[in-house]
Amino acid sequence: MKVTIDNITLDVEPGTTIMQAARMIGPEVAPPAMCYYEPLQGSGGKCRACLVKVTAGSEKDPRPMPKLVPACITAVQDGMIVENTVNDQVLETRKGIVEFLLLNHPLDCPVCDQAGECHLQDFSFEHGVSSTRTVEERNTFEPVDLGENIKLNMNRCILCYRCVYTADQITDGRVHGVMNRGDHAEISTYIEKAIDNDFSGNVIDVCPVGALTDKTYRFKSRVWFSKPMDAHCACDKCSGNVTLWYRGEEVIRVTGRKNQWGELKEFICNTCRFDRKKTADWVIEGPTEVARHSVISANKYGANMIRPAFPIAQAARDFKQIDDNRDRSFLENKSILPAKK
Amino acid sequence: MKILTQHIDVPGIETIDVFMKNGGYKAVEKAIKTMTPDEITEEVKKSGLRGRGGAGFPVGMKWSFLAKPEGVPRYLVCNADESEPGTFKDHYLMWKSPHTLIEGMIVSSFALGANTSYIYVRGELMYVINILEKAIQEAYDKGLLGKNILGSGYDLDLFVQPGGGAYICGEETALLESLEGKRGNPRNKPPFPAVKGLWQSPTVVNNVESIAATSWIVNNGGDAYAAIGVGRSTGTKLISASGHIKKPGVYEIPLGITVEEFIYSDEYCGGIRDGHKLKAVVAGGSSVPILSAENILTTDAGEKRLMTYESLSEGGFATGTMLGSGGFIVMDETTCIVHNTLTFARFYHHESCGQCSPCREGTGWMDKVIKRIETGKGRMEDIDLLVDVAKKIEGNTICPLGDAAAWPVAAAIRHFRDEFEWHITHPEEATKPGAVYMRPGASWSN
Repeated sequence: MKVTIDNITLDVEPGTTIMQAARMIGPEVAPPAMCYYEPLQGSGGKCRACLVKVTAGSEKDPRPMPKLVPACITAVQDGMIVENTVNDQVLETRKGIVEFLLLNHPLDCPVCDQAGECHLQDFSFEHGVSSTRTVEERNTFEPVDLGENIKLNMNRCILCYRCVYTADQITDGRVHGVMNRGDHAEISTYIEKAIDNDFSGNVIDVCPVGALTDKTYRFKSRVWFSKPMDAHCACDKCSGNVTLWYRGEEVIRVTGRKNQWGELKEFICNTCRFDRKKTADWVIEGPTEVARHSVISANKYGANMIRPAFPIAQAARDFKQIDDNRDRSFLENKSILPAKK
Repeated sequence: MKILTQHIDVPGIETIDVFMKNGGYKAVEKAIKTMTPDEITEEVKKSGLRGRGGAGFPVGMKWSFLAKPEGVPRYLVCNADESEPGTFKDHYLMWKSPHTLIEGMIVSSFALGANTSYIYVRGELMYVINILEKAIQEAYDKGLLGKNILGSGYDLDLFVQPGGGAYICGEETALLESLEGKRGNPRNKPPFPAVKGLWQSPTVVNNVESIAATSWIVNNGGDAYAAIGVGRSTGTKLISASGHIKKPGVYEIPLGITVEEFIYSDEYCGGIRDGHKLKAVVAGGSSVPILSAENILTTDAGEKRLMTYESLSEGGFATGTMLGSGGFIVMDETTCIVHNTLTFARFYHHESCGQCSPCREGTGWMDKVIKRIETGKGRMEDIDLLVDVAKKIEGNTICPLGDAAAWPVAAAIRHFRDEFEWHITHPEEATKPGAVYMRPGASWSN
């Protein structure tokens, strides 16, 4: 099947979604995904971040689709023409989605463990506007402990349902779901029951924001101060392929390995994640290449930072010179800056 | 011309004996003994009957989309989760004459080849559920339900399922999720229920009124039904009339009478209450755009507006509205549109399922902003903000609840912007109890 996305045509298998096809082309045209998670069945369609314009439905029926469609769950048709980054309606709608997702978000990135690897940060940087229009009070929730290793901060949650699908599909004896409705809906466990399961820790990795965090890692470091290394061990529960996050000589965190789209390649067990925190527990393979454009990889492995071109163009277009006439001449004169220790 | 409510005031019509004495269940006999399922579908197609739940999608067409793979059961589900503010017609019909619905259910199930059918009733209507259960038992006792109906070899089991009290479960896929025992979240479409519905089997979901009308169509033929009404709006429609009128209630009207006749004639609403004037009308339940007195009575072209799907929507959303589910809310000059819009916005905020972001966050945002305007703390930029938020919700959500939440707010600002502005510029006056802005020179102003 032939599909054209942002003027790039490629051949795909029947049943491929627009998202999958766009990802084959590359991050320049791949729509953002806040809820869609390829390894989880049934995920997607909820956050509406990946809405795209279909300007021609198919070869047979070349009429445009009346509404924007979610790229993650819409299958391509032969001859379909999709506009993502080149369509103003799409970009405008995406700004709205960023605004909606941030409406009740606490914006506490400076104290959030997810900062630096947060999909919502990336999404709002790439597609949002820099100001807010809301003056309303934000909805707040009390923090909850989900068992001894996982902390739930509902204030940051964007209700992507990824953790619900994970709990449903990866773990047995599901006690994790959504309670209440609308903007009061919250992730919850069955009557405050702890999540007690060998694979429950994966909900931390799938969470696109800082709603579910690892209690063994909380407030220990910022992600950009830690150095990721691929490692493996012989584990009888999972594959044992993980990423170790070092600060100095200390392993401060263990996570699953993620691909370019921030999705787990393999789900790992809780023993590997929470209990094996010594270098001696692992066979080190080498530095992790963080393929996702990210602050983690910045300044570490040279020029491996991938940045979609359009947010830069977008930022340049939206850039406003701030009316600030302070003396900046010292910036040009390097000798005035304090010498490096 | 009455079809559904013809015998509704006969004493004891809720019992099967009285119902049958008045011609009830003749359609079942005719359908099962003399017609094939395809013939019934054909008659329903000919009748031009359109879905009475709000969207107005042709019923016959919906039926013909039903996938019919071998060895997979098919289901008919009756959507009786009527929760739209201003709409109470299904409630009235099921309460007064439950057998009208059951007869329609049998005929429709036979046409679709369903051997198990469900009536999903709004959970708040527990007494109606009891009435339906009793009526279904009577039908079982007469051999109209169960195995081998009237000796034809056709089996049908009919179940009543109470809802849990969520507006969103009136959306067909959320209803199916709820019926399966899950959280009532709408599904992503496609696949549509006609292909993968209840328990992943082909399913048709129809409104109470649509299903009830099918038995009359079987008895009298699709052409007779199509003869009533105007153009593509055929047959009769139950209208739930409420608000500042002399005779609120449920009225069965032939589609095509004028809006003016419906509001002012003694047969229907009986006019606006004494000493007051018509200000605005919400013509099809809370989610359709509100219209001012001028726009509801006449179209842009200067013609009298009719009670039909087409005429009510003439002029698009600029000057038109929708027939929707027929929840006809009439407001006189004592109604504050800002307050009314707040009531609707609060409702949608409360009822959003929280699955997709525009609706979850947008409905709450609109509610909070209108609340501020209503309590005298509004800012002039809030009006355009509301319009923009409504625009960003509309069309970008999984199910139509997003549209339903956005339209009433956008329409209230479109037609009554001066009222919002007055609330912002005169906060002290506007927050006094009963204070209403009078537009200079408007037909309803004193």
